[in-house]
Amino acid sequence: MARPFTPKVVTANDLTQGDVVYFTAQGSWTREHEQAELFEDEAHAQLCLLNAQSQGDIVGAYLADAQPGPNGPQPVHFREAFRAIGPSNYAHGKQEDATHV
Amino acid sequence: MYSYTDFDEAFVRNRVTQFRGQVARRIDGSLTEDEFKPLRLMNGLYLQLHAYMLRVAVPYGTLNSTQLRKLAEIADKWDKGYGHVTTRQNMQYNWPKLNDVPDILDALADVEMHAIQTSGNTIRNVTADHFAGAAADEIEDPRPIAELLRQWSTDHPEFQFLPRKFKFAVTGSSTDRAVTRAHDIGLRMVRNDAGEPGFEVIVGGGLGRTPMAGKIIRGFLPKADLLPYVEAIVSVYNLLGRRDNKYKARIKITVHENGLDRIQELVEARFDTLRVQFGGIDQTILAGIERQFSPPTYIPKSVKAFEVAYKSDPVFRSWADTNIAEHKAADYTIVTVSLKAIGQTPGDVTSDQMRALADLARKYSHDELRFSHEQNIILPHVHRGDLADIHAALKSVGLATANIGLVSDIIACPGMDYCALATARSIPVAQAIASRFDELKMEHEIGPLKIKISGCINACGHHHVGHIGILGLDRAGVENYQVTLGGDSTETFVIGKRAGPGFAYDEIVPAVERLIMAYLDLRTSEDEVFLKTYQRLGAEPFVDALYPKQDQANAA
Repeated sequence: MARPFTPKVVTANDLTQGDVVYFTAQGSWTREHEQAELFEDEAHAQLCLLNAQSQGDIVGAYLADAQPGPNGPQPVHFREAFRAIGPSNYAHGKQEDATHV
Repeated sequence: MYSYTDFDEAFVRNRVTQFRGQVARRIDGSLTEDEFKPLRLMNGLYLQLHAYMLRVAVPYGTLNSTQLRKLAEIADKWDKGYGHVTTRQNMQYNWPKLNDVPDILDALADVEMHAIQTSGNTIRNVTADHFAGAAADEIEDPRPIAELLRQWSTDHPEFQFLPRKFKFAVTGSSTDRAVTRAHDIGLRMVRNDAGEPGFEVIVGGGLGRTPMAGKIIRGFLPKADLLPYVEAIVSVYNLLGRRDNKYKARIKITVHENGLDRIQELVEARFDTLRVQFGGIDQTILAGIERQFSPPTYIPKSVKAFEVAYKSDPVFRSWADTNIAEHKAADYTIVTVSLKAIGQTPGDVTSDQMRALADLARKYSHDELRFSHEQNIILPHVHRGDLADIHAALKSVGLATANIGLVSDIIACPGMDYCALATARSIPVAQAIASRFDELKMEHEIGPLKIKISGCINACGHHHVGHIGILGLDRAGVENYQVTLGGDSTETFVIGKRAGPGFAYDEIVPAVERLIMAYLDLRTSEDEVFLKTYQRLGAEPFVDALYPKQDQANAA
């Protein structure tokens, strides 16, 4: 029996900067997990993944599990949670960018 | 130290120019990622969790002050002001931008460095004993051989697409500080009955998914036969090694599946052909390299300053007792500078620290430094009389931690804080263990102990050969840490045994603490180190400490 589809976001790394990006409902890329489009429908998710993969300015797009949160999608797996924040030994990566806002 | 020839210089510069073009074509879209990825990997550039990562080769871990200064400059200009020393004696930058990488490679070329073959299915950076050329127990400095291997393997046309990556380690000492048994080819210098130096050639060792101790394929290989012999091994592997399954592609599996006898037969046959073809050119080149590794001119001078400081300053005494090793020259010592300050990331060194170390190397260590696979930095040729000045200088930049070989001198891979392959974090576990034993003020009482942590099964953190090894895994979406016991990376090589079920992230530090407390109860005296107690008693009392029985736990 096929496993039921769980909600997903499309994520990748930026080609030149290398940092983590997420696909939005507008078809653009964002640095914020909460700005990503959350796909509840598998066919739609696969289609958007294909669209995302065809874009030249990102690398390695894939579908990652996510769940709805108060301000937008939240990561489910701890790997995606780290990707959404940055490393735990220094305040580098997205957490560093956040403090500059 | 080896200096580049015009050929080396032109080769490295051409490679940078070539890569600059490849990066430009990737960014303008003429190259797809599938086309570009093998090209960037050939030049040491990975894409990790949060950013690109550039792995810079430090051949056999040796570098001079000018090179270290350049590494500091790169860290400031194109990264976040620090670098990470790896278990393969390389330096990794965690935050470069793709369009800056060609400039970084050019900056490296300015000081005779590169990132070539630090990735991909090629012969990787050759590692060596980090005390090479200085150790008291050494037959010969193994670095000329390591340099010969580097020149031979760089862009070797036959070996650019091996079934899988291929790692060499070389030591000239009877004490194995280079983990030769865990390499695709390990070379240990030995003497034959006539007293001539040669190599014990070890093949098919490795950690990772299928840890195996390397097997001796030749007990004594004359030095002059080394290059044709290792070329024979790699070429036999190139034809025989499996390309159908990534997990069965390393030479350890080739040796395991075909048997050592069969491999030996094929290698010896190939060697007979190759030896004639080499015709001695390798020996001419080696002689030229050896001239560049002549030992430094040792200076006789007073050791008074050392004696005074040793008597009067307990902090200096503790450091000198822990971080200094015996040198082959009278009144000289080998200083290991710890990159394991309590609570810091193992192996990370800031640009300011790099510059301070470069100054110290220039002033006190014949302009030489080493990166060790244990993620520390070595000043290899230091006069005893200069130790107090060096200690004071190290203290001022946070590099005077007196913990070499102790519980907080932990090897840890980058783990899931950086690495795309990782299944769990390593760094925070290392930080927490070091901080815990610092709180307990027990480090020196515990004595020599090697804890090694990997954040995935690929074992970059060498957990199989830690006295206590920790492997971070993903168990149903949660970080989980398995403990292995009794590993040994030296000439008495042992792959540690898994103790039992894993521990959750917040349980692993208390588990290690129970293990060490049990050791303190079990040891016969302070002289019996953890590994010896483990070997004497076996795993049982340690497993009991790791997994207290329910009734005991309730009573406690």
